[in-house]
Order: sequence, then C-alpha cells, then structure tokens
Amino acid sequence: MQKIGVFVCWCGSNIAATVDVKAVAEALKDEAGVVFSTDYQYMCSENGQAMIRQAIKDYGLTGIVVCSCSPRMHEATFRKTAVSAGLNPYMVEIANIREQCSWIHKDMAEGTEKAIVLARAAVAKLHRNAPLTAGTSPVTKRALVIGGGIAGIQTALDVADAGFEVDIVEKSPTIGGRMAQLDKTFPTLDCSACILTPKMVEAAQHEKINIISYAELESLSGFVGNFTATIRKKARYIDEDKCSGCGVCTEKCPSRKGLDDFNMRLNKRGAVYIPFAQAIPNVAVIDADQCIHFRTGKCGLCQKNCSAGAIDFEQKDQLIERQYGAIVVATGFKPIDASQFNEYAYNDSPDVVTSLEFERIMNAAGPTKGQLVRPSDLEHPHEIVFIQCVGSRCSEDAEKGKPYCSKICCMYTAKHAMLVREKYPDVNVHVFYIDARTPGKNFDEFYRRAVEQYGVDYIKGMVGKVSVEGKKLHVQGSDLLNGEQVHINADMVVLATAIEPDPTARSLGTMLTASMDTNDFFTEAHPKLRPVESPTAGVFLSGVAQGPKDIPETVAQAGAAAAKVIGLLAKNELTCNACVAHANEAVCNGCSQCERVCPYGAITYEDREIRTPEFRGVRRIATVNEAVCQGCGACTVTCPSGAMDLKGFTNRQIMSEVDAICR
Amino acid sequence: MSLTNKVTAEDILRISGVDASRCMQCGKCSGACPNYDEMDYHPHQFAAMVRKGKITELMESKALYQCLSCFACSQRCPRGVEPAKLIEAVRLSVIRQKGKNYMTADALPEKLDEKIPQQALVSAMRKYSK
Repeated sequence: MQKIGVFVCWCGSNIAATVDVKAVAEALKDEAGVVFSTDYQYMCSENGQAMIRQAIKDYGLTGIVVCSCSPRMHEATFRKTAVSAGLNPYMVEIANIREQCSWIHKDMAEGTEKAIVLARAAVAKLHRNAPLTAGTSPVTKRALVIGGGIAGIQTALDVADAGFEVDIVEKSPTIGGRMAQLDKTFPTLDCSACILTPKMVEAAQHEKINIISYAELESLSGFVGNFTATIRKKARYIDEDKCSGCGVCTEKCPSRKGLDDFNMRLNKRGAVYIPFAQAIPNVAVIDADQCIHFRTGKCGLCQKNCSAGAIDFEQKDQLIERQYGAIVVATGFKPIDASQFNEYAYNDSPDVVTSLEFERIMNAAGPTKGQLVRPSDLEHPHEIVFIQCVGSRCSEDAEKGKPYCSKICCMYTAKHAMLVREKYPDVNVHVFYIDARTPGKNFDEFYRRAVEQYGVDYIKGMVGKVSVEGKKLHVQGSDLLNGEQVHINADMVVLATAIEPDPTARSLGTMLTASMDTNDFFTEAHPKLRPVESPTAGVFLSGVAQGPKDIPETVAQAGAAAAKVIGLLAKNELTCNACVAHANEAVCNGCSQCERVCPYGAITYEDREIRTPEFRGVRRIATVNEAVCQGCGACTVTCPSGAMDLKGFTNRQIMSEVDAICR
Repeated sequence: MSLTNKVTAEDILRISGVDASRCMQCGKCSGACPNYDEMDYHPHQFAAMVRKGKITELMESKALYQCLSCFACSQRCPRGVEPAKLIEAVRLSVIRQKGKNYMTADALPEKLDEKIPQQALVSAMRKYSK
C-alpha cells in the first residue's frame, strides 16, 4: 500500500479564484492511501518545495500528487523535489487543476468538484506507479551541418572552435550559399563577398571542419547523440585532390550552352566550370548534361589540357556513412518562381528581373561585369521601377504566393534603389510598396536615407499591371497617398520576389522526422523559448530554413544553434526517457503490427525461449530499443493482444484513472 | 435622389460573400483597374469603406456605373478580397430598390449603334436593371 501525500497549489489567484483549494485538500484526505493533504499559495516556490520534502520525511511518503499547473510547466521541478527527499522521480503525479480546470471554469463549485475528481484520478494512478530508472546512451562527438551558406558556415565555425568535429554537407559544388550571390549588404553597403569569403576560407582551413561539397544527405537513422547518416557525394568527374583550380579546363571547354546558376541563369557557361572565383573547394565540376564527351563520347578537350590529370570521366557517386551526435539544418531559401506573376510581364520581357537577378547584374563578377544595363539590348536604363511584396503577404487560400512577409525585401529594395542612384544619378528610381517594414538596428535610418538623400521615389501602392510596349515597359499602379493611378514608362522592372525554403527541405524534414509548417519552414521546439531547436531531439535549426531572416539575424541564430550543439556534444552520455514501451513476452505473439506503426524504428523482434504455464518453447517477441523509444504509445494502442505497454502510463494506470473519474 | 432602405455592411457581405476585413490596402486592385480615372471611388476604397460601414456614400457614387465588371481587381488581389463583387453588391443594393433601375428597356433604342454588339446591350440590361 502506498503512502501518498497530496499538495494543492493556489497559484496565487490563478487556481484559488475558481477552485476552493482548502476543500480539495480536505476531500482528498479521505482517499485510500492518502496520509497527508495540504494546500499552499505557491507550491513551486522554495518554501512550497520545502513543505513537500518535509512531508515526505515526516510521513514516510512513497509517492506524491501535486495539484497545480500543467506538467509541462513544473513536472520537472517537483520530480527534482521528490528526488532530493529520496523518492523515485516517477512516483510524482501532477493533477492539472489550472489549465484544465480553474482557467476554463467560472463557477467555484463546479471548478472545485472537477479539481477533486482530477486529484482522485492522479491518486488512483499513483497507486499503480512503480519506480522507473532511465537508461543512458553515449554521445558521438561530431556534428553534421546540412547546408553551406552563411548559416551553416557560422554554426560549423562556432561548433568547431569549441573543439568538436563538424562535417558540412553542401548540395552545390561550393559553399557560400545565397550570401555569395549578393553584391552589397544592408544597412552598411559593404561588399558581401568581402565579408563572406574570409569565413569560407576559415571553414575550409579549420582542422575540425570537413566540407563535403556537391553532396546530399541520402538517409538517416538513429537518435539524439547517435545518428548514422549516409551522404551521397555526387560525381563531379574531377578528382578533388588533384584539381588545382587553375581554370584552364573551363576556358578550353567548347560547350557554351549551360546556364550559369550562380549568375541566376542570366549568362552561359561551359560544361566544365568553377561556380565563382572564390569558390570553396576551388575545384571544377562537369555538368554531364551539357558535356560533349558525355553526350557523344568525343571531345575530352578538358582532359587533354589538364596538367594535373584531374579529369575523371569514370567517376561515380560515392556513399559516405558517418556517425553524428547532432544535426543542424541550415538549408536556406530560394526566391519563388516569378513566372507565375505574369501581371508583371516577367515571362514577356527580359527587362523584368527578380531582385536576386538584379543583384547579379549589379555585381562586378556578374554577367554584365557590374554595368547596369537592360538584359534585352544591353542599353543603359533611365527609368527603373521596383515592385515590393511580389508573392509575399498573400492570403492563405490564394492561388499563388506566400502568406508570410519575406522580411528582407524592404531593406534590399532600399539598398538596390540607393546603389543605382549612387552609381547612376541620371536614373530615376521608383519603388512601389505596401508598407516599408524596416525594424532593425539602423534599418529605418537606411530607408529614410534612400528617400531623403538619394531621392528615390517611394510610391505607396501596388502595381496592377506591367505591359511591354515596344522597348519600354508600361507600369500601371496605385498611388494611394495621392489618390491617383500612376503610369510609368520604365526601362527595367525589378520584382522583390518572396523567398521560400529550399526545395530539398521537405524531403529532409521527412528524413529527420523534424516537423515543418505548411510553408515548409522547419518548426522550432518552442516559438519563443526554444527557437533554434527542432522538436526532434538532436536536430537544430539555423538560418532561413526556420523562417525568413536577414544576415545579422542568421548569424546570431547560427551561433545560438552552435551553442545548443556544443551543449549536447559536451556530454559523454544522455539520459534516456524512462517512460518507454515494453512487450510482455508471455502475451506477445510477434505479429509485427507494433513495428509497423513505430515512427522511430525502435522495435525489432527476437526469438526468445518462453516458459509459462501455458507455453514452453521459442517464440518471436517484440523488443524495444529503450534508447530510441520516445514513449509516444502508438504501439500500445496498436497491439492486438495487449502485450505492449508503456512504462509510467500502463493500461492499468490509465484505467485506474478513468475508474476514479467515473466513481 | 434619395435611397429608401438602409443598407448595412452586413448586407453587402451577405450579397457579395466578400470579407472586406481581409483587405490589406495594398492598392493592387486600383493599380490594375482599366477605368480608374472615370470612377469617383476606386476598388480599394470600396473595400475600405464597406469595412467602415460607409455604404450610403458608395450607393450614391458614380463608380457603380463606371465599373466595367472586368474583374481585373478581383483577379489580381493577393488576399482574395474580390473588390468587383463588392461593387456589384452595392450596385445591386441600389437597383433592387423601388424605382432605382439604372437602365430601362425604353432607353435601348437610342443606344442602338452598329458598333455596339448586342451582347453588350443584353449584359447592360442585366447589370443595370432588376
């Protein structure tokens, strides 16, 4: 027989205003097994906890019921209290009389009655509790960072600086990501490459960082501290160890039809190429779809001219298997496809470009060597219209576009406008905007500078239509502040397209069993208090993969994710969840149904010798890997023979609770 | 000309099925409108004014009969507000009142013209009379 203590919390007036806490404590005194029952203003306070510890000692309690807030708030607190008084932490039950009672009831009598019933259920369950001991599992002291943009690079550097091994898996031939494509950065207008490339070099030279470029995660198994990843390193047909990055092959290649992804496909490149001058690794890659050798079996000019002998047409994809303790998702973003917004004539004229395309046009290493010219005829433009919120802030049920604000467009459009006016004062710049959203340090000052110092014409309103008229683009839009419709004959139109998660994010999320929102952004464990952790243990979030953010925010979040990774990898072993599933071997018939529903792959089968009064012999029995089991309970409700049970939440415990409620 | 019955924002919502509170006043509708300059109130103003309950002003507006019902505003709206349906609902609220037909059969003969397709006249009758 258990000796149970009941502790009813007032939570100030949170509970006491709707529940007669004294009556609850009094009523519970009559329950079987309850030897002590009391109430207190704040059970979670140091005094409240001292009261619990004292009662455990004075009355020799074997278990306690705390009637308070949700176990999500203070279960851990009261378990620690119990442990410090010599009890097993799983001999603590919480009756939630706040969120599920006082907060949702108005009537004191009703609230009190329900609180008593909830407390009785907890007592009934506690009668069937058994002390549980959590197991431990070791931690592999290496992190995997998926994505080699600024988010991934920063997280990798911070983790590596703490002394842990980090692998960066990057799907494109070079690290650097979107930031490498940017010309200047707001609000300081410093050159993006100048601040990014030192970090790329640092990552490449760091003895703890291993960059696996042109590679993708193929599969993943395991759990926090013990992941096993299979990485597919795509054949680049160049021996990375031999290639010196001299670039002779890229000059000799006669194929000139491939589109340059780094320059947003605005120009052509050879079939063998190095994405950009500062690429890391500085190694060429062959685009097999464009390569004449792969298409016809001839050519091979690159091979003939490579003094290092690095060209290897026979190279195959390589599978790398590695163990990791933590995984960081830093998969970043891409701009949405602007072609679905043809009211802005994106499909009709090459002079309508997206902001990222414009970024390349303005960049000295871009397709026009930094000269601002119209893509159609390479002439200097005189009138440029910027349109903001293209595909952002659309309603959830809209046919196209995203419901969220992409956050970075107001600032980069102000930047573009300013850069144009700075370099080409003869060009008139108009910006159509809905709201200029510029929260951030020195951000609003930056935007005002565009208006006041650089004379950028900001027009509050959206463009309804862009039509091609000869060599010009006729822009028709609203000027809401002046109450008129405006018509501008522009030479170029720049669309501030919304950003969306990289297309690989969805399949990666499935592989990691990391939850995502409806827009494919990874969900954080808590939107305010755990912003860089996924709800899946051991998976951390860095950069735009979690939600739109600019470079300073990305770097800050990358550092925060790294701190969490370091906190995990610094441990030698992890305490597992004690509330795990367990099969009763006397009842299990090895039907495999639990294995099929287990989302964590924690259940396997083994042939075990069974000796019961009814049966003697070898039988196939379900076995739960306790380090992998998360205690979700899917197997227990699936098991047709009732063999599967969840420790701490057994079927008998749950039924006792129900019985107590229905009594 | 005075209007006999009081029409409320709820009536417009019921007739149009459009929730004007979804409008974020971006002005894309009015930016798309091909007949903007002829209208005294513009598509985005219909959304704003219905929300504020200024239905009487809209019912007395010229815009009701200048709107081409081309639905460009509805088609472009990023928030699915469909201003064209709001304008249509206000127009119907006027026309459905006694003696408020904007166009009658008597007016047709003088509008007959070789260049006007008959379809347009039929549409106009549907649009401007009970």
